[in-house]
Amino acid sequence: MSILLATLLYLAATVFAAGILWKVFSYARLPSRNLLPIAPAPQTWGGIMLRMANEAIFFASLFRANKWTWLFGWVFHYALAVVLLRHLFFVTDSIQPWVLMLFPAGDIAAWLMIVSLAGLLGRRVFVDRVRYISTPSDYLLLLLIVLLGGTGLALRYVVPVDIMATRQFMLGVLNLSPVELPKSTLLYVHLASAIVLAVIFPFSKLIHFPGNFFSPSHNQKYSAGK
Amino acid sequence: MSATRKLDIPKIRQRDEAAKKPYFRSQDDATSQLIDDWQTVAVQKLGEEIRSNRALRVFLDSCVKCGACTDKCHYFLGDGDPLNMPVARQDLIRGVYRRYHTLAGRLFPKLVGAREFTEPLLQDWSAYYYQCSECRRCAVFCPFGIDTAEITMAGRSILDAVGVKQNYIHTVLDNVERVGNNLGMIGPAIADTLAGLEEDVFDETGVNVRFPLDDAGADVLLLVPSADFFAEPHVDGLIGCAKIFHQQGIRWTLSTTASEAANFALFVGDEEKMQTIADRVSAAVRELGVKQVVVGECGHAWRVASSYWPGLIGDGTSTDAGGFDTRHICEFTHELFRKGALRLDQTVHSDKVITFHDSCNVARGSRMGKQPRDIYRMPRELLRAACENFVDMAPDTICEYTFCCGGGGGLLTDELMDVRVSGASPRVNALEAVIANHGVTHMAAICAICKSQFRSVLPHYGLGMDMIVSLHQIVGDAVVLNRQM
Repeated sequence: MSILLATLLYLAATVFAAGILWKVFSYARLPSRNLLPIAPAPQTWGGIMLRMANEAIFFASLFRANKWTWLFGWVFHYALAVVLLRHLFFVTDSIQPWVLMLFPAGDIAAWLMIVSLAGLLGRRVFVDRVRYISTPSDYLLLLLIVLLGGTGLALRYVVPVDIMATRQFMLGVLNLSPVELPKSTLLYVHLASAIVLAVIFPFSKLIHFPGNFFSPSHNQKYSAGK
Repeated sequence: MSATRKLDIPKIRQRDEAAKKPYFRSQDDATSQLIDDWQTVAVQKLGEEIRSNRALRVFLDSCVKCGACTDKCHYFLGDGDPLNMPVARQDLIRGVYRRYHTLAGRLFPKLVGAREFTEPLLQDWSAYYYQCSECRRCAVFCPFGIDTAEITMAGRSILDAVGVKQNYIHTVLDNVERVGNNLGMIGPAIADTLAGLEEDVFDETGVNVRFPLDDAGADVLLLVPSADFFAEPHVDGLIGCAKIFHQQGIRWTLSTTASEAANFALFVGDEEKMQTIADRVSAAVRELGVKQVVVGECGHAWRVASSYWPGLIGDGTSTDAGGFDTRHICEFTHELFRKGALRLDQTVHSDKVITFHDSCNVARGSRMGKQPRDIYRMPRELLRAACENFVDMAPDTICEYTFCCGGGGGLLTDELMDVRVSGASPRVNALEAVIANHGVTHMAAICAICKSQFRSVLPHYGLGMDMIVSLHQIVGDAVVLNRQM
């Protein structure tokens, strides 16, 4: 099982990285002839940086559009970021003190992630407009991330796994010499769902990152006024 | 007392058996002719589009179906038709894109909403890409700025390629190609009309305000939508402009060959035709030797001038430009106002309470002045300068949040009247609120389509068609004419 998971991890990492790079390059290569910023648009590059940062960091447009979707979406992304940072514990040679300090925050973030995902799922199910536009993949992606987060939480609270041994496995994978992974069905499912998510990332709507940085609505400026 | 009235978000309703469509025609006659191998051609054309337009590709890939846009379109708010939700409108193309141009869609079509390009789907395209006015309100709220207008333009260009050509837009394009303006007014007709306007203004004011045509050596070329030559209230805006030029002693001219500000090629995403139409302007600039082009009250014309001219013919802001300076008429008049040169008498409007309808193409697709928000500030300051009673409509219905009039983007045609009336309802709703709360008597606009549309649809809501006025009509009526030239 350890060898299988290690192999799949290599595969997933390759598809993930190559897929995203391929997407980014293909976006960058495509012609962007016309000025399509959504007004009021900045007339300086500094203004563009502010606008993009405001969108990327605070989800400014979404905030204007719908407070609930913004709340669930924003909380989800930031909780995910904290949880991912905490996972550095498993993949860095020396354990950084700040990663250990993130552990309590990470616990809260993991719960917030599940709650916000439930909120997003709830909107998809109960708001007639959002239900209408949803395809099976929209539900499945949410459920996949719920599975990923849920198994993670279970590994922490219900059936704890030896995290030092898990860390050794991940470091082994990174050093191209995998060692044995602790036997835990939950852990297998957790890793498998991460692998699936990484593989479909470049081919699904998850490509909105990095796609958002290529949106001419936000990254173009008007020439300076007179 | 509040100027805001909550606009209800409709429950989505069952779709009509037959959605409202415009008339279509082929190149040669008045009937739509779907070509035989349309599916192959359409899929191929879509492929060309996504390989030549970064925006389209990014927009098709990036949507996460969050629903932020679903309650932002005026047509959806007006009729509750689910395919009028911006994301659903986009999905008409996105499904085909996924099915034929993406890995996920080829492997798992059902899962990701990929769809065969069937004739019923094409029918939906022909209906719903013509129930979008390309106003971009949805894009303001989209976390990634996904712009349905770009997608609608791509959809229409593909429809054109398979022989489903919308009659109204293509008639207009033929006119401008043949004669030089959308309405097909030939040179002598324009000259006659302008002579008539000079007489009218003289009769009314006793001042000989001129309307020069093809005056080589003029400083300013005024580029107006051709509706300004005779339609109401458009022509009053043109008269207002003439009065301002007169008061300021500016030598200006109109042009027979560039007698149209509009560029309907934008609406069908036809960049070649956009170029041809824009070239008429640079040709007229060279011919007449003007230094400045002032774009009159036409919404998408200003979007084209400020966003597309830099690439098409130059706009005076870049070094490789054609050597002429481009201004919106509001920028032009506002500069006179700011310098204190504009002499206005507010008392002529003391019986009026005015509000301002931001035209979508100006409010979301252009720039004026030095600051991003000058596109909202300048027209308002001009109206306030001319009329002491000015009231804005609810904040979520103006500036970048403005609602389209319901007739933009090539929908200003009689057979779409039902769509236009229901699409106007969010704007009318906000207007009714300021009428009730502030006694608003007139709504000013800076777009020929907005003006024509409101004249047609306001009576459907029990409001007078004369409520809609040109901004430069309000300013022009207040211009103090005390100088003979």
